[in-house]
Amino acid sequence: MTQEAQDAVGDYKYGFHDPESATIRFDKGLSEQVVRDISELKEEPEWMTEIRVKAYHHFMEREMPTWGNCESLQSIDFDNVTYFLRSSDKTEKDWDDVPDDIKRTFDRLGIPEAEQKWLGGVTAQYESEAVYHSIREDLEEQGVLFLDMDSGLKEYPEIVRKYFGTVVPHTDNKFSALNTAVWSGGSFIYVPKGVHVEMPVQAYFRINAKNMGQFERTLIIADEGSSIHYVEGCTAPTYSTDSLHSAVVELIAMEGAKIRYSTVQNWSANVYNLVTKRGVAHKNATVEWVDGNIGSKLTMKYPAVLLKGEGAHAEVISVAYAGEGQHQDAGAKVHHLAPNTTSSILSKSISKNGGRSSYRGMLQVTPKASGCRSKVVCDALMLDEDSRSDTYPTMEIGNASADLEHEASVSKVSGDQLFYLMSRGHTEEEAMGMIVNGFFEPFTRELPMEYAVELNRLLELEMEGSIG
Amino acid sequence: MTEVLLRVENLHVYVGETQIIHGITLEIKRGEIHAIMGRNGAGKSTLANVIMGHPAYEITDGTIHYKGEDINEMEVFERARAGMFLSFQYPAAIPGVQVGTFLRKSVASVRGEAPSPREFRKELNEAMKQLDMDKSFLSRYVNDGFSGGEKKRLEILQMLMLQPDMALLDETDSGLDIDALRIVAEGINAVAEHTGCLIITHYQRLLDLVKPDVVHVLIDGKIVESGGPELAVKLEQEGYDWVDALA
Ligand SMILES: Nc1ncnc2c1ncn2[C@@H]1O[C@H](COP(=O)(O)OP(=O)(O)OP(=O)(O)O)[C@@H](O)[C@H]1O
Ligand SMILES: [Mg+2]
Repeated sequence: MTQEAQDAVGDYKYGFHDPESATIRFDKGLSEQVVRDISELKEEPEWMTEIRVKAYHHFMEREMPTWGNCESLQSIDFDNVTYFLRSSDKTEKDWDDVPDDIKRTFDRLGIPEAEQKWLGGVTAQYESEAVYHSIREDLEEQGVLFLDMDSGLKEYPEIVRKYFGTVVPHTDNKFSALNTAVWSGGSFIYVPKGVHVEMPVQAYFRINAKNMGQFERTLIIADEGSSIHYVEGCTAPTYSTDSLHSAVVELIAMEGAKIRYSTVQNWSANVYNLVTKRGVAHKNATVEWVDGNIGSKLTMKYPAVLLKGEGAHAEVISVAYAGEGQHQDAGAKVHHLAPNTTSSILSKSISKNGGRSSYRGMLQVTPKASGCRSKVVCDALMLDEDSRSDTYPTMEIGNASADLEHEASVSKVSGDQLFYLMSRGHTEEEAMGMIVNGFFEPFTRELPMEYAVELNRLLELEMEGSIG
Repeated sequence: MTEVLLRVENLHVYVGETQIIHGITLEIKRGEIHAIMGRNGAGKSTLANVIMGHPAYEITDGTIHYKGEDINEMEVFERARAGMFLSFQYPAAIPGVQVGTFLRKSVASVRGEAPSPREFRKELNEAMKQLDMDKSFLSRYVNDGFSGGEKKRLEILQMLMLQPDMALLDETDSGLDIDALRIVAEGINAVAEHTGCLIITHYQRLLDLVKPDVVHVLIDGKIVESGGPELAVKLEQEGYDWVDALA
């Protein structure tokens, strides 16, 4: 693949569609100047430039994280990453360059050709922008702001300035610092007091092509008594030649508000997917993370909730699928900082063909947080002997009144289940697919229909050819 | 002449080093009901599992013919698609898979094409009504947390939906209450006319409702006695001691 083609692949995910913009490409590697150039090019206010620069310096000095699969991180070559590129839609990639196995998966998933091209990086823009606009109009009538993050900063700088980095500061970890320095894309949402957004709002490629990025940054604020369900990602393999993806998501649920954030991601097998997701729940508010990770080389992702106000609730439901050469290091972090807060964590993982999935969790109850309840359930399903699954739960319990439950199980597909399903006319692969889909069902049923159907089909595909 | 559906000849079966079936011969025609009775551990389930193609068992001698063909090389799912059905003594639970979805997929696999949603729903409604099953079954997970009787009802529901040519029913009557037994027996009778049935049971009470043409007594992996329905009555009254002499 040519360098140009590679750049184009990266480009589609930035979602820059300015037809008049010329090709601008930064050299690989990062410096203060690169960070300043990014900010200038985006015509950002001075304060954002300063945040970026501060974050850049922090990134350079900061050690690698110690939480997670830290050895693997050492192999990331930061000098070999292109941190920002922007080019016109003309530099499109050739369809012939998209690997055959990915094209096959598109076909098997029944993804329309136009979308296939978008996913494969051949076209930078997907046509259903119109759908996005009509949904946006509906939301606007309710006073809901829904923009890509760059536009959010342009149009509502005072809101962004007030909340940006308050939940995930750049000093949180090395990758949140990196993201803060070079972020591009992502979503900005503000839901006014008392407004309930009925339909899930999707940053799906089908609706908003501008959304995905290598260093995307998302900020969602649900004002008092409001609610929103935000959905991002896609089940089709997202083919990328960029090997480092490091997003930051910040959620703020004010008193009595509810935010649900659902994600399904399926990165290609070369990608390091290192994401910091954290939400704050104020009094009687709820933050829910529904998080599905398929693909990538290494995913490190631990959606977190800070239960700051009395009576707040956190819910994390996650699934991870680790195939050959993949490590899904995922989990959840819940911090009970106020009395009578509750949390529930359900984590399900499948490992196959030598893949490894880990649950890594943190549950904290501070001394003043009395009367808290938490339930953690981790289930792992191993499809063969070569695969691996492990659990690393951490608990810091500072208040004796806490009511805590923790269950963990590791299971294998039984011969009895396979024989039963095969005696009903299903091949061994189909039987495996059903068992695997069933295992993920508590997650899948939380997703909007089209995602659920696609995820099931994807897992069925994953089971093909795996049985010998 | 009525079609011979299943022909088991001189079957010898091992699991690991242990021999379980010691030379069984059996022939079942379409429309016939055969019952197999015998003590716990005699090898009844093993016979049914082997006929269905369970991979844990090794056939060291003898053959199984289905519809005139040696099925030794056929995979389990191919046997199902060819019209064989096994109602399990211990049906496996498949957590997370809803009964409705499972039935639809199974019907599609066995028939080779997905039924139209409307047609399927109609058939399913009728079958469930016949078995006095509540609609709420459809959204439950397959055999997950089912009572013994509920599992058996689901097995028979599958039989009605899959319309097999050859049905192997392994203790389908155990765990059923009296009403359920009658209902399940009606379900079996509904298909028996044009199906071959091999019914494994411990009790006469099912055979009062589903009239067998032949009753076989299985002892230590061998059929030691075959006869008419009166054989089952005798076993019920006298137990198995008298057949030991025949073994
Ligand atoms: N997969 C297996 N592995 C080891 N032993 C087995 C296996 N299957 C059957 N056996 C043994 O073979 C013998 C016959 O078992 P089978 O289940 O066929 O008996 P059965 O006649 O169906 O008994 P029951 O009336 O209790 O259902 C038993 O001793 C059993 O333990
Ligand atoms: Mg048995």
